[in-house]
Amino acid sequence: MKEKLTSLWQRLFGDSVRAFGVVSIVFLISMAIAPAKNFFSEWRHYQHGYLSLIRNRSEANTLQRHFQGGIQQVWLPDLGVVDRCTSCHVGLKEASLTDVATQPYRKHPAIPHNLDQFGCTVCHRGQGAATTVAEAHNSTLAWEQPILAAKFIESSCGQCHHGPLPGTPQLNLGRNLLARQGCVHCHSVKLPDGSTLKPTDDPPSLSHLADKTTREWIFAWLKDPQAYASTSTMPNFKLSDDDARDISAFLIANSTSLPGDTLRLAAKASSDASAGASLYGESFCASCHAVQNAAGNLVGGDVGPELTRVGSKVKPEWLQAWLRDPRVYDPPTAMPHYRFNESQMATLAGFLEAKTDSDLLSNVHLDAATPEQIAHGKRLVSDYGCASCHEIAGVKRPENFAPELSRIGSKPVTQLIFLQGMQHTLPDYIAGKIKNPRAFSPGLKMPQYTFTAAQIDALTTALLSLNDRSYTLPPSLAVPGRTESDYQPAGKAGKLMTDLACFSCHRINGHGGDMAPDLTWEGSSVQREWLVQFFKNPGTLRPSLIRRMPRFNLTDSEVTELTDYIMTVYQSPRIDRDSMPNSGYSPGQVELGKQLFYGKYSCQGCHIVDTKTDKGYIGPTLTQVGSRLTAAWVFQWMKNPQALRPGTVEPNRSMSDEDAKALTAFLMSQKGGEKSPRPAKAAGSFDKLRTGHGAPHEEVAKR
Amino acid sequence: MRTYLAFLLWVAFLGTSCSRKSEPTPALKPTAFGAAMVESSGGKQFAQTGSLLPQPLVVQVNDAQGAAVPGALVEFAAPSGVAFDPASALTDSSGQVTTNVSLGGMAGRYQITAFTFDKSRKKVELKLEEIALGYQQTAGRRLNEQYCERCHNPESTVERVSNYDNLEVKPHPFTEGDTLNKISDADLTAIIAHGGPALNKSALMPAWGNTLSKSDIQALIAYIRAVSDPPSRSAGPVYARN
Repeated sequence: MKEKLTSLWQRLFGDSVRAFGVVSIVFLISMAIAPAKNFFSEWRHYQHGYLSLIRNRSEANTLQRHFQGGIQQVWLPDLGVVDRCTSCHVGLKEASLTDVATQPYRKHPAIPHNLDQFGCTVCHRGQGAATTVAEAHNSTLAWEQPILAAKFIESSCGQCHHGPLPGTPQLNLGRNLLARQGCVHCHSVKLPDGSTLKPTDDPPSLSHLADKTTREWIFAWLKDPQAYASTSTMPNFKLSDDDARDISAFLIANSTSLPGDTLRLAAKASSDASAGASLYGESFCASCHAVQNAAGNLVGGDVGPELTRVGSKVKPEWLQAWLRDPRVYDPPTAMPHYRFNESQMATLAGFLEAKTDSDLLSNVHLDAATPEQIAHGKRLVSDYGCASCHEIAGVKRPENFAPELSRIGSKPVTQLIFLQGMQHTLPDYIAGKIKNPRAFSPGLKMPQYTFTAAQIDALTTALLSLNDRSYTLPPSLAVPGRTESDYQPAGKAGKLMTDLACFSCHRINGHGGDMAPDLTWEGSSVQREWLVQFFKNPGTLRPSLIRRMPRFNLTDSEVTELTDYIMTVYQSPRIDRDSMPNSGYSPGQVELGKQLFYGKYSCQGCHIVDTKTDKGYIGPTLTQVGSRLTAAWVFQWMKNPQALRPGTVEPNRSMSDEDAKALTAFLMSQKGGEKSPRPAKAAGSFDKLRTGHGAPHEEVAKR
Repeated sequence: MRTYLAFLLWVAFLGTSCSRKSEPTPALKPTAFGAAMVESSGGKQFAQTGSLLPQPLVVQVNDAQGAAVPGALVEFAAPSGVAFDPASALTDSSGQVTTNVSLGGMAGRYQITAFTFDKSRKKVELKLEEIALGYQQTAGRRLNEQYCERCHNPESTVERVSNYDNLEVKPHPFTEGDTLNKISDADLTAIIAHGGPALNKSALMPAWGNTLSKSDIQALIAYIRAVSDPPSRSAGPVYARN
C-alpha cells in the first residue's frame, strides 16, 4: 500500500516540470467547475426539453419566437416578489399548449389575473428566487416556505379578497365555518382591514337554564352533544362522568328563574299528532328547524336548533312559554313571535314534546349535588372557558382564552410541534389540529369537533389566507367584503318587525338574512291590497316549499301598520309607482304583449300564464301577476331585472320600450279571477325568481 | 484499519437511524381471487382540482361466473397527485371495495386504475376516469347551476325540479358530447349570448349576452367541454399513469 502511494507521488510530482503540469491541469479543472455547473443546471435541462417539445408542433415558429433562454424572472418590488419560476415553466403563457400534460411545460389555466402582475409565489407560495426544483418547491434547510398544495390554493385569493367570491367556494365555506362554528369565541382573529372576525352563531345564555331543561339532559348533552343533535355546533369536550356531573350540578345551582310569572302551563298539551304535524308544517317551522325523518335524513333549515329529540330536552312549561313569546326568555332570538292562540300552543307543544329519544337519558342517574361538586363544577366551567361562548351568571367571559389566529397562515414550521408520521407542513398541521386537537397533547382544552374532511380542508384554507402577506399588502390591492349594515326600521312598525324577526329571513338595506326575498324596494314592487292579503294568508303564493313565509296570526291593525310602513318606506328611487296604471290597457296592446310573450321572448319556457297550455316552472306563475305587482315595477323588470334584484335568474333581454310596454300590458291583464290549480310537479321551484338566489332553499333537503 | 471500519459502521448506523422513511404498511393478504372487475359507482364524477370527489369510488370483484368475490385484494393506482383512502383493500362480503378519491392539482381527466390478481397471478384491471375542474370550469359550473341546469339537465333532484320535460323543444344536456363537441366555441358563444334564434334554433333558449359577461360565457363553455361525454378535444389532457 505504502509503496504504491510513493510511486504514484513520484510519477505525478517527481520533478518540477511534472509537478507544474499536474497542478496546471488541476487548476484548469477547478476553473471549469462553475461554468459546468451552470451548463448542467436544472433550468437549462428543462429549457432544452421545452425546445424539443415544441419543435414538432404546427405552431413551432410562434412558440420559438416567444421563447427566451436563460433565467427569467418576474420582479414586483411592491409585493416583494422575485419569481424565477418561468425559467423552467416556460410555456405558462402559451395559449396553444392546452394539450400538454407534462410539467413544467403546461399552460397556466385561465384565471382572472395577469401572471406578470402578481407573479407566482403570491398564490402558490414556494421560494420564488430559487433556481432548482427542490429549493423552489420544497421546504429545505435554507428556506421555510414549501409550495402550497392545490387543494388549499383558494386561500391565496383570500389574501386580497376579504369578502366571498363566486370563484372560491371552499374559501367562502371555510370563512363561514370559522364564524359559525364558534372558533372565534375563543380564538380572536383580527382581519387585515383592522376589524375583528365576529361569530355568527348565537350560543344560548345559561343563566336561566333550570327553567328550560333538566340536569340529566345537561349531563347527557355535555357527554356527547351530537348524540342529542347531529347538527349541533357544540363540540365534545370529552368530559369524564364526574366532570359532567359536577358541571351540570353547577349550572343548575347557578341558574335563576326569570322574574315574573312566565312559566305556567296554560293548556294541557294535546296529543293529536296529526294536528300537531300540520300546524308545524303550516307555521313553516321547517324553514329554520331541522328534524330527522324516518329515513334518517335531516329535513329543514339550520337557522334554529335541530328538533329531532326536543321532547327529551325541554320542560313542558318552558316550551309553552317559549311558543307564547320567545323574546321573554331570549330578547335577541332569531325566532319570530308567532301569535298562537292557547289551543294552537297546546297542539304544537304536544307535538314537540312527543319528539323524544328514550335512549338519550336512560342511563343517566344523578344523585343530589353536594356543595363540593358544585364548587368543582364552577372551577371546570372557568377552566374550559364555557363563558367564552355562553353567558353564565357569575362567571366572567375570559379574555384571549385561546391563541390568536390572526397570522396563523404564516406561522413558521420551526415553531410547530408535529405528530409522529405527519407531513411537516403548515397546512397539515392546521388540518391535523382541527381534526383531532387532543392528539397533540391530552391536556389541551380545545374540544373535539365533528367536521367532515371537506369542512376541515375549507377551514384550513380560510386560516391559511390569514398570513403576513394579507396584512402587509399595498392597500390598493385589498378588496373589501360586504359589510353588514346596522339598519333598523323605525317606530311602531319597526318594533313589530323586530318582534316578528323579519330580519332572520329577509334582507332590507343591507341588513338581515338571505333566506327570503330582499324587501328593500318591496313598496315599489307590490300592490297594497295584495300585501294585506299576503300578511293574512301567506300560504296562497307558494305552496309546497319547505321554506316559506309563515302566518303570524296578525291583527288587522298590525297588518295595516306593517303594510303602511312597507308601502311608504321601501320605495325605489328608480320606480315611480304612479307612472303607469295597473289596469286599463288597450286590447291591441295586450294582444301584442301576448304575441311577444309566446313568440319572440318565449317566456312560457319558464313561466305559466295559462295553466292549460303553459308548463314552465322556473319563474313564478304569472296567472295573478296583474293583482300582485305594480305596472311600473313590471316595466322596469322587463327592461333590466338584475338592476332590481342583483343575481336574479331572469335574463336581461334589453327590450325596447315598446316591447316592454306591451308585455307589461299583457301581464297586468292577468288578474287571476279563478283559483287555478298548480301542477303538482312544480313543487319547490317557484321561489327562485323572487329570491334571486336559489341556494339557501336548495340546501334544505341536501343535508 | 479497524478504527476505519468502526468509523464506517458508525456512519452507516447514523444514516439508517436518521432516515425519516416510515415503515411500509403491512401488506394485505387476499383470501380469494376474482376473474373480473366492474365499476359499481363513482366513475365520471367531477370535483375541483385537488379536492375530494363527492361520492366514493366503489368497484366490485367477480369470479368467472359473475358472482361477487369477498376477500380479494384490490389496489388503486393513478397519476401523481391523486390520493386514495384507502389505496388498497380487501373486498367486503358483497365483493366490493370503497375508496375516497382526491384529485390532482391540475385540471383535466384523470385515469384511475383499479386492479386485482386472478388465481394464476394475472393482473385484472379496470380503468375509470374522473374529471378535475380548474378555476374556470368551476366558475362555469356555478353559472350552470344558477342559470342553465334547470332546463338543460333532465334529471330532477329533491331540491331542483327539472324544467326539461316542460319544453316543446328539448335542450341538449351538457354531457351530450356527440352533439356539443361538433359545435365550435364561436357558435356556442353566439347561442349563449344571442339566444337560440341566432343559429336558427328554438327561441326557448333566451339571450344571455346582457346578463352574463364575456368571461362568464367562456367559463360556461370551458365547463361544458370538461364534462362532455365522449370527451371533447378541447377538454384538456388526460392524465394517465405511465
